[in-house]
Amino acid sequence: MLDLVWLIPAFPLLGFLLLVVGGRKLGEPRAGWLATLLMAGSFVASVIVFLGLVANHAEERQFSQVLFTWVPAGRFSVDVGFLVDPLSITMCLFVTGVGTLIHLYSIGYMHGDEKFSKFFLYLNLFAFSMLMLVLGDNMLLTFLGWEGVGACSYFLISFWHTSDSNATAGKKAFVTNRIGDWGFMVAMFLSFGAFGTIKYTDLFEGIHSNGIATSTATAIALLLFVGACGKSAQFPLYLWLPDAMAGPTPVSALIHAATMVTSGVYLMTRANPILAEASPWVFTLIAWVGVGTALFAATIAVAQNDIKKVLAYSTVSQLGFMFLAIGSGAYVAAIFHMITHAFFKALLFLGSGSVIHGMHDDQDMRHYGNLRKFMPITAITFIIGWLAIAGVPPFSGFFSKDEILAAAMDKSPALWAVGLVTALLTAFYMSRQVFMTFFGRYRYADPRPDEIAAAWQTKVAAARSVAEDAKTADANASSALALARARLDDAVGDDRAAAEQAVAEAERLSAATAVDASDAQKSATALAMKVAQLPTVTLGLTAAPDVHEISEDLGHGPAHRREFHPHESGWQMWVPLVVLAGAAIVGGAINLPFSHDVKFLEKWLEPVLAHPHEVSFSGGKLFVLAVFAVLAGLVGVAIAAAVYLRGKGDPTKIELPILAEGWKYDSSVTAFMGGPGRQLFEGAAIADRVGIDGAVNGVAAGVRETSGTLRRLQNGLVRTYAVGIAIGAVLLMAYFLLMAKAG
Amino acid sequence: MTFAVDAPTTDWYLMLSAVLFSLGALGLLVRRNPLVMFMCVELMLNAVNITFVAIGRELKDVGGQLAVFFVLVVAAAEVVVGLAIIVTIIRRRPGANADDISVLKG
Amino acid sequence: MAETIVFAVAALLILGGALGVILSRNPVHSALFLVQTLFGVAITFIDLDAHFLAAVQVIVYAGAIVILFLFVIMLLGVDQAENLDIEPIAGQRPIALIIAAATLAGLMSVVLSVGDKLTGADSVTGPLDAVIRVDALGASPESATDVRVLGSHLFTDYVFAFEITAVLLTIAVVGAVLLARRPSGPIESFSEDDAVEAVR
Repeated sequence: MLDLVWLIPAFPLLGFLLLVVGGRKLGEPRAGWLATLLMAGSFVASVIVFLGLVANHAEERQFSQVLFTWVPAGRFSVDVGFLVDPLSITMCLFVTGVGTLIHLYSIGYMHGDEKFSKFFLYLNLFAFSMLMLVLGDNMLLTFLGWEGVGACSYFLISFWHTSDSNATAGKKAFVTNRIGDWGFMVAMFLSFGAFGTIKYTDLFEGIHSNGIATSTATAIALLLFVGACGKSAQFPLYLWLPDAMAGPTPVSALIHAATMVTSGVYLMTRANPILAEASPWVFTLIAWVGVGTALFAATIAVAQNDIKKVLAYSTVSQLGFMFLAIGSGAYVAAIFHMITHAFFKALLFLGSGSVIHGMHDDQDMRHYGNLRKFMPITAITFIIGWLAIAGVPPFSGFFSKDEILAAAMDKSPALWAVGLVTALLTAFYMSRQVFMTFFGRYRYADPRPDEIAAAWQTKVAAARSVAEDAKTADANASSALALARARLDDAVGDDRAAAEQAVAEAERLSAATAVDASDAQKSATALAMKVAQLPTVTLGLTAAPDVHEISEDLGHGPAHRREFHPHESGWQMWVPLVVLAGAAIVGGAINLPFSHDVKFLEKWLEPVLAHPHEVSFSGGKLFVLAVFAVLAGLVGVAIAAAVYLRGKGDPTKIELPILAEGWKYDSSVTAFMGGPGRQLFEGAAIADRVGIDGAVNGVAAGVRETSGTLRRLQNGLVRTYAVGIAIGAVLLMAYFLLMAKAG
Repeated sequence: MTFAVDAPTTDWYLMLSAVLFSLGALGLLVRRNPLVMFMCVELMLNAVNITFVAIGRELKDVGGQLAVFFVLVVAAAEVVVGLAIIVTIIRRRPGANADDISVLKG
Repeated sequence: MAETIVFAVAALLILGGALGVILSRNPVHSALFLVQTLFGVAITFIDLDAHFLAAVQVIVYAGAIVILFLFVIMLLGVDQAENLDIEPIAGQRPIALIIAAATLAGLMSVVLSVGDKLTGADSVTGPLDAVIRVDALGASPESATDVRVLGSHLFTDYVFAFEITAVLLTIAVVGAVLLARRPSGPIESFSEDDAVEAVR
């Protein structure tokens, strides 16, 4: 049964090839169904291989299949071969399983898109690359998959590439990942230099029998960590992941939440025998980077209003948890959290996709509210995902996060404390999201802040123009009065009486307009003052903004939106939600902490780990830690409920602008790269142009000059060529004659 | 080497052949009419034929005459194809000579 | 003595014809001079006891090839004289003369100085006077002519080459028909300016 492992990546590859050839002809929805069926086939193959692996004894749970030799180059030889062991097959199971569900979901989500079949083509190619990544039996094959998923991520982020920002987001992801790839590559070179092989089994065998210098192991571990930071979006390379939300939501779910971003965690776990030989401070570094990223991203997620941005920062944060686990030496916990996270984060992303789909591509949570009335299935499944990520028992996230926190406590209480705060923040921002989206008032038809501001501006402008008109009238009256007085001076006799009367009339009029003008001016100024002092428009959590004064100036926006009714998504979309929700509920069962017998995942993964991690403290302390974790989660939920459900407290006190801007990290990087960094790049570009290109172009110019001269020899005239032949013949004859003489 | 008057030795024939070959080569290089150039090629072939037969007689070998036989066949085939090509070219560009057909230049 | 006279006459015919070929302005004259040369060569063949080849030379060369030349000349109407006073390619003539002189000198030096080395041992594989294979045909060695000798070798030792020449001739005929066929499409215009430009 294990021989069938090649089928796992073969199915998506076949799908990719079929769609390349005939995707356009298949069209919608057949292209989607083809891709989904092939993913399902891959899942079935994974299950079969898994069962085959289970049937073996724990020590024999390793199987290699070499398809062919890829790069035979002297001492360096790379096979295209698959390494089947508990770790890779676990990855395969959830990559193909979650992947199949997301494929199915995409059929509904991408309905009506022009590039329908191309989307599934990329999805299948992605699945193939991801499976090569996890199944590869050497670093180069893993790197192939690593680059493949990166490329697919790029294609899919900028899938709707007609928009500039989408294309930029794709490029950003690609470029940022290059830094990580550099780390991976150098780590690969170092491994080859140290062991003469990059095949995992040979590498680990070499470490086991010959040992490895601590400095080498440290360097490899650090470089692998750089690579993992890039792919798994850890500080400081996390920048691309929030922007990657520009892609279609199923992509965010599959690539940027469930699978690709976990490849860094996978790589670290795969390389755990090397890590075990590295200096201890490497682990401390990994743990702190992980927990730091977790906290950092969680604080940013608190202030995001885009439903997918919240989930994106949440993903960064959860990946930070996984790295915290690795840094604490608890690989099992990392993999455990990776699996449960794949379930609930995919669920949350797909749920948000369903919401976005039902809300006409509006991603702003401020415009949602009370959507559970309109899309009950999405709401229920989303709530399950929320409870899972918030760490509420007995949902899956509770078990995995608790295990990580316990491992962190074992390493350092400080790590645990930061992790606990992050868990609280996680519960808070996820609750905020759920309450803003599915509970409270339905706010879609509310006048938006920009509309209200515009309406007030219209009103002020109207008052100002009234004041202006009154002022003009007053000026006219004054000039009429002056004219009447001038006439009075000139008038004599009967005319004088009429003129006096006219002056009196003009004076009366002028006085009246002066009063009017000053009144209008006063009221306009008062209105402007009032507008300037208006409180900023809040979310309208409890009541709609009060707009009765400006209802005529609001325009058609709100009225137009009142016509719109959110709708539940089709079955292709909610079936995956339900399945994932089920997995998110019971996913924790694969590694229950109650006794060693029910730690299925830990026993399962034991063969691939060089040094099994043991938490040093007893069950009682573990229980206390769990209570703390649950309490933190509940506190987070409670605060969010108070603020966003009850309307107590001011959300703007929590959603600080600096958080919304991601601690200005992104803009600082941009500023640096645009300023000093850019000059550096330009210097390098000049050096490249003058030095390297100059040499290359010089050679080219020299060749061109020479050939230009030689070209004239070939003038196309047959008789000149005949001369050439004749000269050659004469010379040959002379040569033979000389040889004959000499002989 | 003797220059007996009673019968020409093989050397005489070879010298005749050499002169004929040189004349053919000269004509090939100097003339511009493709047909005449072809005739010059025939001259050179005939010079070689004389050599073959003369040396064949000198060595009492039938191979010389056989070679001439094959040269004749090849010459016939060559003339047929060559003339066909010339016909095609001149039909397209009446009055063309070898110097006009120079499209294949660098 | 008679052979010498024949040789001298033949040599005169050959060289005179050759000069005529390369010096005639009119290709028709060249062709006729070519006939003269070919006849001279045929006489040389007779002088060299190659009677069969002499006949073939007259039939194939004079009878077929030169006729073909004349046909083409007449067919295309290109019998106009070529101006031999002009040489468009600079230095072509001096170079051609030098090459011809060098060729002549080289060949002559072969004949005169190292020519003796050519007269090696008599042939044993294909002797010209002793007809071994003809015996099988029932003829006595004395009656063997060069036609018999050639024929017997041609259809035994050289039969493969002979068959190949048959194929070659077939291909040549097919190729000639294909090439000389009138093109079905419109004839590509090619102005004199282009030709002048091409010569440069």
